[in-house]
Amino acid sequence: MSTTDWPLWEVFVRSRRGLSHTHAGSLHAPDAELALRNARDLYTRRGEGVSIWVVPATAITASSPDEKDPFFEPAADKPYRHPTFYEIPDGVKHL
Amino acid sequence: MTAAGPATVPVTAALALGDDALVLSHRLGEWAGHAPVLEEEVALANIALDLLGQARVLLSLAGDEDELAFLREERSFRNLQLVEQPNGDFAHTIARQLYFSTYQHLLHAELAAGDGPFAPLAAKAVKEVAYHRDHAEQWTLRLGDGTETSHERMRRACDALWRFTGELFQPVEGLDVDWADLESRWVESVTRVLGRATLTVPEGPRTGAWSAGAGRQGVHTESFGRMLAEMQHLHRSHPGASW
Amino acid sequence: MVTAAAQGTARPEADGARNTAGDDSEHQHAFDAAVAADERIEPRDWMPDAYRATLVRQIAQHAHSEIIGMQPEANWITRAPSLRRKAILMAKVQDEAGHGLYLYSAAETLGTGRDELLDKLHSGRQKYSSIFNYPTLTWADVGAIGWLVDGAAITNQVPLCRCSYGPYARAMVRICKEESFHQRQGYELLLALSRGTPEQHAMAQDAVDRWWWPSLMMFGPPDDESQHSAQSMAWKIKRHSNDELRQRFVDICVPQAESLGLTLPDPDLKWNEERGHHDFGRIDWTEFWEVLKGNGPCNEQRLTQRRSAHDEGAWVREAAAAHAARHSGGTEAARHRTTGAERA
Repeated sequence: MSTTDWPLWEVFVRSRRGLSHTHAGSLHAPDAELALRNARDLYTRRGEGVSIWVVPATAITASSPDEKDPFFEPAADKPYRHPTFYEIPDGVKHL
Repeated sequence: MTAAGPATVPVTAALALGDDALVLSHRLGEWAGHAPVLEEEVALANIALDLLGQARVLLSLAGDEDELAFLREERSFRNLQLVEQPNGDFAHTIARQLYFSTYQHLLHAELAAGDGPFAPLAAKAVKEVAYHRDHAEQWTLRLGDGTETSHERMRRACDALWRFTGELFQPVEGLDVDWADLESRWVESVTRVLGRATLTVPEGPRTGAWSAGAGRQGVHTESFGRMLAEMQHLHRSHPGASW
Repeated sequence: MVTAAAQGTARPEADGARNTAGDDSEHQHAFDAAVAADERIEPRDWMPDAYRATLVRQIAQHAHSEIIGMQPEANWITRAPSLRRKAILMAKVQDEAGHGLYLYSAAETLGTGRDELLDKLHSGRQKYSSIFNYPTLTWADVGAIGWLVDGAAITNQVPLCRCSYGPYARAMVRICKEESFHQRQGYELLLALSRGTPEQHAMAQDAVDRWWWPSLMMFGPPDDESQHSAQSMAWKIKRHSNDELRQRFVDICVPQAESLGLTLPDPDLKWNEERGHHDFGRIDWTEFWEVLKGNGPCNEQRLTQRRSAHDEGAWVREAAAAHAARHSGGTEAARHRTTGAERA
């Protein structure tokens, strides 16, 4: 990183209370304080948010595409984890 | 033209506050396309838009916003000389922001707490201005306590604009404010920020012999006439036209 | 699956995916299948080098266009004739900076940093849309840019919301949503002029006369001369051909011009019942290629201003970086902050 190449930050915005933060995009900032402020100016100028997280992009560990199959496919054949797996007679309520 | 405000609103005060916001918004608008980094394009424009919004409400209390903005002569503007100062480099813009937004924040907080005609407007503005003040503080810290170059530039900017800060505390007719108290809190706040930024409070006089309070009386600095010429030219070229 | 946040860190992993690919044909197959199934390609997926290069070029050019595009309109911020118009214009120019940032952010997911992209813009190695090399001579030009230039841009951009590359498509969704006001304000501005004094009406007509043809050129060269089109369509980066979009734009504009009370400067423009479209006159592609080559009225001026803003801002960026380095790195602070936010 050159001195002028500010690090990259990932921005997460909570659009309203009751919802979780979702990824909005990224931006450059020299430090966390300015990253938060830049995020406020850039990603919430139309009132899109009530809370912001900024995370240094380098601090994120992501699953790699190579791990795709062992990571995620085993979850695909366990339909009994989903409510739609179960048949309930018509007319039974509150289930 | 300037006399038509609702009877309950002190027109002089509406013009003073409205012109401050209008003129500073215009100056910040000049940064568009020239900011030191793209993120700052967005930040400066946000501040300019907040100020323009404030100006429009205030001028509308005093009369027709466009007539007031575009058809008054220089000597009828009531803004502080501080806000009309040219942008200079980014350090000058930040120093101007620090001095003015600290003032505006203290003033609007006081107006919002009262029950005068400006209370509702000030209650909204105080939140916007708190952010402007924070922006100025963040950048003062980074420029003052950044590199040698930035420190020197910031020092020069703070010094150069210092002489325009005495005027901030000249009482404005129609505003029920303890100006001496406002001034001491302003000095305290600015001193704290400059100290954290490893800068010293400028030593020169805060008022010039002829400039004390002069903006509020319609006496401005040289560059202001040019600014108005640019701002008003198109509107004045088409008398009576709608846009 | 790729976490959304991984976009920004895609660089090493993406490179890895490209280099360690033992069997490219298998990867290629998976990529082709995803594109065929209209699935999105995400930053850390394997992708053909040419696909990546095409996207970087296109997204960067798009981002550059947004930030260079600030200049012709910013030219009128200080002269806007009413406070309402001034607020609108400032907000619009600000949006363009914002859109540039969204797009640089999308381009960075492909492993090219913003500094590098800006370098390429500043040194002329990457282009921006030629339309911004035309001058804004009167206030009405602000309206013509909103109506015609943004109108053409939107026609181009709406299909990009379904582009095969996820981060680009998502940026475009956001941009299109925000841009709808840009076109409407331009139209409204022109309408006020058209219905205003004779001088204002003439100003509006003059602006439309100057911006109409360059706007049609924004869709790029005719399909049979467009070098990148076919491959981009196959990759679903692009969904419609240049000529298709241009035709769509012309058909949209004709009735809008009528409502404005302004004339589009093309004597050959007329409805063709058989085709169900408007026929229009020949575009002067010589002009297009000349402007693209750098010989437009404002090429030099636009790039010079951009470079000087960047160069004059260097000390500010350095100061902030030095401050951050001295005060124990933003990263540590950010961790605390994020944890704090989670608890809140």
